[in-house]
Amino acid sequence: MNSKFRIYRGNQQKAEYKDYEIEVQEGMVVLDAVHKIQAELEPDLAVRWNCKAGKCGSCSAEVNGKPVLMCMTRLSSLPEGPVQIGPMKAFPLIKDLVTDVSWNYEQNKKITPFTPSKDTVWKMQQRDVERAQEFRKCIECFLCQDVCHVLRTHKKHDQFFGPRFFVRTASLDMHPLDTVNRTELLKEKGGIGLCNITKCCTEVCPEDINITDNAIIPMKERVADQYYDPIKTFWGKLFKKNVK
Amino acid sequence: MDSIMTNRNDFWWLSPLIIVIAGIIAGGYLTWAAFQGEFFEWGPYLSPVYSSPYVPSWWKLSPAFLLLWIPAGFRITCYYGRKTYYRAVFADPLACGVEEPYRKKYKGESKFPFILQNIHRYFLYFALILLVLHWTELILSVFYNGSLYFGMGTLIILLDTLALSFYVFGCHSLRHIVGGKTRCFSCDGCPKKAKISHGIWKKVSLFNTFHNRWFWISLFSVGVADLYIRLLAMGILGSDPHIIL
Repeated sequence: MNSKFRIYRGNQQKAEYKDYEIEVQEGMVVLDAVHKIQAELEPDLAVRWNCKAGKCGSCSAEVNGKPVLMCMTRLSSLPEGPVQIGPMKAFPLIKDLVTDVSWNYEQNKKITPFTPSKDTVWKMQQRDVERAQEFRKCIECFLCQDVCHVLRTHKKHDQFFGPRFFVRTASLDMHPLDTVNRTELLKEKGGIGLCNITKCCTEVCPEDINITDNAIIPMKERVADQYYDPIKTFWGKLFKKNVK
Repeated sequence: MDSIMTNRNDFWWLSPLIIVIAGIIAGGYLTWAAFQGEFFEWGPYLSPVYSSPYVPSWWKLSPAFLLLWIPAGFRITCYYGRKTYYRAVFADPLACGVEEPYRKKYKGESKFPFILQNIHRYFLYFALILLVLHWTELILSVFYNGSLYFGMGTLIILLDTLALSFYVFGCHSLRHIVGGKTRCFSCDGCPKKAKISHGIWKKVSLFNTFHNRWFWISLFSVGVADLYIRLLAMGILGSDPHIIL
């Protein structure tokens, strides 16, 4: 059976969708089709991939306009008609389906790393670590960053960490042995206030991490505790509790 | 060609469309009902839209407005509610992967007016008081004229009160207050306290998983309860099927 594909070809200077038609077999995923086109028709087609098992987070792309992992998207799950494959829109294009995601690693460096106390007893209860364990599933595919309209449309890369790094911050701030309060970092450098919780990050996460409900909103509530709750602040001052 | 709005070819526009229609129906009816100022009680029943236990003599508006600011404020600042109207009404974005007009001055919830969404926790405190009022009115409607009265209205008000309870108990701010704010449940050295606080947080988290469903169910159940009592009070419904013990 033959199928049609439209693949984004080019670089930042010049790019367009090109049409291809190849024979596909049952069970093929989008990445298989891209590899077949690369092998049979376009040897210079650029695509980033690694594990083909949904665990390395390399083959992120937009298939029919939806941010997905190409290796986890079966052709049979897509509607009839040409399959449109493009690069992630939130990051600068290098070539064809490959984007420069290095901006993400720069954001990661801004987050204060895990900081236990000097006399830490390395013993934890399951009830205290289970919240952060969910966040450890992240494979850093950056699909959540790609779909987030704060980055994708409004281009706030200089003011906003993005969902991936709110998850990372949450995993540290919810760790029972960590000692650092990252609330100010989230508000000032992370720009968590720019997030209007439309849950697109959660919708596209291939690891089913409940990014919005379990990471971003709890962090927004901590920011509200510290900056936007006058009664809590007054109460803290009255009883000389340091709420910050 | 690359589409200007989106390359998505599924029914991405259906969800915002349904939400706008549902919002207009539910919001429209409840606003209309609140402005009526009459036909809100019948026999043992009081409409949940008019749940104020006391109306001061100087109050000239519909009694509904005495307390209606609480559920209105709670829903408007609700995290799920925000997601709903940011998408469906403000198209910010309309759906995931669908483009919206680029705004250099986009500020999200970091500046006025949307920074005010941070007062959600205060509306939660009032919503919890309102929930107690709803349950009190339900119990009072059962103890009617010295006997126990169970009617179709009792069942409708019970279902509405349960729906409102499940909605409020799944609130993200409540989840934060009962345990989400803590870094560690067990670290103060009291295992019993840790078990209780973690247990409460888990229960609220469970309700939180279905927060979106209860948002809509409770919005419509309030309208249905008001409509039933209104039809009884207007005489359109002849009687309320009931048993008296």
